[in-house]
Amino acid sequence: MLQLLTNLNTIILATEEGGGHAEALSDGGVLASMAWLIPVVPMVAAFAIVFFGKKMPYKGWDIAIGVMAFEALYGTVLLLSHISNPIAKDFSVEIAKIGDMAIEWGWSVDGLSIMMYFVVGVVGFLVFAYAKGYMEGDIRFTWFFASFTLFAGGMLVLVSAPNFIQLIVGWELVGVASWLLIGHYWEEHENSSAAIKAFLTNKVADVGLFIGAIMISMSVGSFRFSDVMHAIEEGAAHSPVLAQFAFWAGLALFIGAMGKSAQFPLHVWLPDAMAGPTPVSALMHAATMVTAGIYLVGRMFPLYAVEGFADEVRWIIITIGALTLFLTGLIALVQDDIKKVLAYSTLSQLGYMMAAMGAGAYTAGLFHLFTHAFFKALLFLGAGSVIHSVHSNNMSDMGGLRKHMPQTFWTFAIGSVALAGVIPFAGFWSKDEILASFEYAGGHYTAAQGGAALGTAVLWIAIAGAFVTAFYMTRTVWLTFFGEYKGKAHPHESPKIMTYPLIGLAVGSALFGFINWPGVTHVFTDIVGGRAYEGFHDLEHHAESLNAVLALLGLAAAGLGWYLGWRIWGPDRETQAERDTFKVNGLYPVLEKKYYIDDAYMNGVIKPIRGPIAAAMNWFNGHVLDFIVNGAGLLMKSFGKVVYWFDQRGVDGAINASGAVTGAGGGMLRLLQTGKVQQYAILIFAATVVLVAGLVIWF
Amino acid sequence: MILSQFIILGAALFSLGVYGVLTRRNAVLVLLSVELMLAAVNINFVAFDVFLRDSIAGGQIFSLFVIAVAAAEVGIGLAIVLLIFRNRQSANVDELDLMKL
Repeated sequence: MLQLLTNLNTIILATEEGGGHAEALSDGGVLASMAWLIPVVPMVAAFAIVFFGKKMPYKGWDIAIGVMAFEALYGTVLLLSHISNPIAKDFSVEIAKIGDMAIEWGWSVDGLSIMMYFVVGVVGFLVFAYAKGYMEGDIRFTWFFASFTLFAGGMLVLVSAPNFIQLIVGWELVGVASWLLIGHYWEEHENSSAAIKAFLTNKVADVGLFIGAIMISMSVGSFRFSDVMHAIEEGAAHSPVLAQFAFWAGLALFIGAMGKSAQFPLHVWLPDAMAGPTPVSALMHAATMVTAGIYLVGRMFPLYAVEGFADEVRWIIITIGALTLFLTGLIALVQDDIKKVLAYSTLSQLGYMMAAMGAGAYTAGLFHLFTHAFFKALLFLGAGSVIHSVHSNNMSDMGGLRKHMPQTFWTFAIGSVALAGVIPFAGFWSKDEILASFEYAGGHYTAAQGGAALGTAVLWIAIAGAFVTAFYMTRTVWLTFFGEYKGKAHPHESPKIMTYPLIGLAVGSALFGFINWPGVTHVFTDIVGGRAYEGFHDLEHHAESLNAVLALLGLAAAGLGWYLGWRIWGPDRETQAERDTFKVNGLYPVLEKKYYIDDAYMNGVIKPIRGPIAAAMNWFNGHVLDFIVNGAGLLMKSFGKVVYWFDQRGVDGAINASGAVTGAGGGMLRLLQTGKVQQYAILIFAATVVLVAGLVIWF
Repeated sequence: MILSQFIILGAALFSLGVYGVLTRRNAVLVLLSVELMLAAVNINFVAFDVFLRDSIAGGQIFSLFVIAVAAAEVGIGLAIVLLIFRNRQSANVDELDLMKL
């Protein structure tokens, strides 16, 4: 490896003055140059668990948790070092060449990557610890942790990528690992279908990623992100090819992001992905997989932000994001499965992030990704703790668990208020920044970007979304933890290995909002800013101070949602049954059918394709393939007969003949062996005499 | 010197040895005949050494080696013969046909 390190093509970005970030970016020293360990260690560990996991004292969990502890530690140290001394450096090792374009493996150490290392490491560590308690007794315990480590490792490969090729590799690793994990309980057909659905939906979107990556790389002439950024930095006039393709390339990349980040209408896989074990849902919805799309848009942010490139894609992004955040939030209201409520809530929050990216608010979108990672992991793990205790996913089997599982209840409550955006929990700060960015977009969007009216409309949708969020979270908390217990199991608090991660995440959910208090702290802005702002002036707008009106509006929306939720599902309703069957006519049937999108895909896309194809395949199989196979069989049979004859007569004959010849020869030669020493001596002397005579005559 | 006298002596001695080896039935006499053949070789060595005026006297040295080896060979050979005689009350080589399977 040392030799590799010395052969590295390292790029040190020339440090320039960027908007308010004039301090020089460091290369991070040994901490950055050894960061290749971050993606490599979990990938190696995943295989190590497969081969040696069963022999370990904790059946492979020990390897997995060790790796995640390393990731968490490395991520934290890197983040702290980055805060005190911003790092921006790419390392690349060339592995092949196509024409002039180098295919490279590398690792990127800059604000965006470091933030993701931290989130994946820390949230991943807590989820892995929790998973030991949750998966205890599972028949594929070791295999689960192998795939889980592969999942985290794939995400780390993705976020450490300094070029498109590696990004795609990581992207697909995450996809494969998610398929393995969602289908973990594959004995039930429903679960394996969910895994296939997730994989195929992502594959459809991946086509967009490939096209976008190819268009951008070809027009820039390099797979490296730094070269792409450099081309954008020089402006549309200097990079005419890229500028020409930027809109379609940006759109294609966004379609890729829509798949992984489950944006409307490619969101259908995510709720079904609840079929996997709860820790998988927690990690998938918080730190890995669904954040990949947001990360991709963040990584390519200058492409979408700089005028003359893909800035016109932004109105598509913000529209899709707004649709996602509102429509999917509503579906969460009618779900009985607690994990599905959280799944739709994730969709809604991803909509927030994506819409913020569309509004040009890089920091706000990533900040929500960051805080969301903590409180959504917390909520999922809390839900998992409840499910572990009552042996059911359905809220109609829960209720009154507050007394039985106090730690789960309190941490879940913290996660809920953080998600609902209640001051001072983390969700409030990030959501408020997003609202502020919509307001700014409402005032500054040009016609090409969809017009100022779009920004304003999205602002109101987002506020309505905050209301819906609080509404369904109140319902969830109430149905799960208050009222009377409706299930049949005996609820109990989960073991410490499960509650401690909950507490850890609750601390994060409560406190991490303060690191970006507009006008007071800007730690997060600096973390993700550093490199992205370099060379780009005024890439995004930053709120100078907390926007009191928006904050109050957001809080009011959340408060109203909480109040309504409490009125409807709270204890002052007449009976439990009435609370359980609350419905809004006209709206709820549509929501229960999830806007008929899944049905539309099933009837409009899958069945028309699958039906004729299946029939054609059957015909092809019955007529063509069987004919070929039977014909081949007959041919082989007659050939076999020829071979048999040849074997019996030809080969066996030759072998028998050689045996007979040898036997006869031996029979004659054995006469020479008399055992009489002097006879042998005579033969030797006679032979010597003959040889000597021959020698004399010859010369 | 006349080399041919020595060579003829050596050849005669060697032929006597061969004759003895091939015709004697007693193992001790066979061994003695082998010694005769070795002596013939020694005569050849010394004769050619002197004839060629070898500066390092290689032939004479080799004849000393041969004498040493012959002494060792006789020592082992007689020991074997003695053992065979003890076991079989005979030293007749015609009866020693164990090498025939």
